Amino acid sequence: MSGRLPWLLLAPALAGMAFLVLPLAGLLVRAPWSTLPARLAEPQVLEALRLSLVTATIATLVCLLLGVPLAWLLARTAFPGRRLLRALITVPLVLPPVVGGVALLLVLGRRGLVGQWLDATFGVSLPFTTAGVVIAEAFVAMPFLVISVEGALRTGDPRFEEAAATLGASRWTVFRRVTLPLIAPGVLAGAVLCWARALGEFGATITFAGNFPGTTQTMPLAVYLALETEPEAAVVLSLVLLAVSVIILAGLRERWVSRI
Amino acid sequence: MSRSAPESPRPGGLRARLVVERPAFRLDVELDVAAGEVVALLGPNGAGKTTALRALAGLAALAGGSIELDGRPLHTLPPEHRPIGVVFQDYLLFPHLSALENVAFGPRCQGASRAEARRVAAALLERVGLAGHASAKPRQLSGGQAQRVALARALAVRPRLLLLDEPLAALDAHTRLETRSRLRRHLTDFEGATVLVTHDPLDAMVLADRLVVIENGAVVQQGTSAEVARHPRTDYVARLVGLNLYRGVADGPEVAVGGVVFSVTERLQGPVFVAFPPASVALYRSRPDGSPRNLWRGRIDGIERYGDNIRVHLDGPITVSADVTPAAVAELDLSPGQEIWAAVKATETHAYPA
Repeated sequence: MSGRLPWLLLAPALAGMAFLVLPLAGLLVRAPWSTLPARLAEPQVLEALRLSLVTATIATLVCLLLGVPLAWLLARTAFPGRRLLRALITVPLVLPPVVGGVALLLVLGRRGLVGQWLDATFGVSLPFTTAGVVIAEAFVAMPFLVISVEGALRTGDPRFEEAAATLGASRWTVFRRVTLPLIAPGVLAGAVLCWARALGEFGATITFAGNFPGTTQTMPLAVYLALETEPEAAVVLSLVLLAVSVIILAGLRERWVSRI
Repeated sequence: MSRSAPESPRPGGLRARLVVERPAFRLDVELDVAAGEVVALLGPNGAGKTTALRALAGLAALAGGSIELDGRPLHTLPPEHRPIGVVFQDYLLFPHLSALENVAFGPRCQGASRAEARRVAAALLERVGLAGHASAKPRQLSGGQAQRVALARALAVRPRLLLLDEPLAALDAHTRLETRSRLRRHLTDFEGATVLVTHDPLDAMVLADRLVVIENGAVVQQGTSAEVARHPRTDYVARLVGLNLYRGVADGPEVAVGGVVFSVTERLQGPVFVAFPPASVALYRSRPDGSPRNLWRGRIDGIERYGDNIRVHLDGPITVSADVTPAAVAELDLSPGQEIWAAVKATETHAYPA
């Protein structure tokens, strides 16, 4: 390419870049660097951070366990209503998370369709517990994983699976020893997206799991609350979330996530 | 149609009638391959060769017919339970596994222990001359090496039926020559039935004991390569083996083809094929003296280089290819559109029943 860059493209491109980068820069500029170590060591911050990391990780594992087989079903089998199912699965992707939280309450709440039965049979109540946080995060994040893994399955060459079958491999062996290794980059990319989405989850979590320090107050919830009472603390918490996101993304980017 | 397969059931080998239906395409072929025999499915692109192979492997569903291997039905089994080995056209070696792990994959699936599978795989890699590449990943192998790993992987499951889909098509000319002769040795050693798909007549003739020619989903000719090469029965086969081929009506030593009467050495009656090589056609500017048989007047349709000679395409009562020397072209001053006399010797002309 040579010649002058067209301003009609360059100007909005630079504006867009500034729009995305400036808020992050603002976070760094206004951070209370002198009191940072002390604030980070506050038990409430550590507790929220630990809870966020644990719930996001468990939610990602749940999504992997359920989402990879679901993606396989969508990509590799034919059954009536498959297209409709695929559309339904992507709904949480575009649904406002608060609505997701309300929906979860209606189904899994103490008076909910399934929740009532869970409570009566097992004495288990999910809303406003740490398990509820995991469920809210998984509900919102799973479509990211399913879409990513299904894409990897569809772009992969199914003839490798045929070759494995001619060598005597059962469908389960084919999946475990051929399909899964071949789509591993797609699975990891999906898991990272899924984890990042779970880590930042706010709307569904606060609706379904509430905001109790130590059990359901994750980092995004803590940030929002701190902003009303103690703006400086909100900046510190935001910095931590930003740092965690950047570290994860940078650590995986070169090797795995380049296709996102 | 010549058939070397006996009619009575044999203890070993493949007997199959494959019917596969696709939109606007129907494959219906019968295939008999004795144990130890190598049969090549030869045909133009889209003829249904690969579909037939996939049906044998269980990767394409049969709409009809049956497959019997060593006296037992095969078509009722899913691919993973068929005693087959397949070498795919682009080999399909698992990219995340080493050469050794690729070859050990089949034995592992058949229940061999990890150590046993690796021992079998190492022995097979040794046999195909790749013992030194056991830990190489497929992307580190050359085309010829990948082909040999694919063959070793197919043989590792101790198949009774070996299926090869264009095993040499992905190789360059030099590698092809060497790989072809290696493959020939391995196929000779193999005790089960082998079906090989190819569109290259040379591959088919070097590797196979018998050719089955498929066109538009049906068998049009079969026999040993010598039979097929001498007696082509379709334009496709005639082109492959480099003969001019015509359908005519015989009456004793004479065959009428269109407006031309050929003298032939055979004595036949009724519908026949007449075939002769392009090199046996002689061209003349003016009508040569002698018998009017085997002689006709045509128009030059095209002139092209063909090896050391020049191939002249003639239009007229019959279309024909003639191979002449560059000197003859210069002497006769040949050019497209020109009218010219063509003759062919009776001793070079071959007739057989249609």
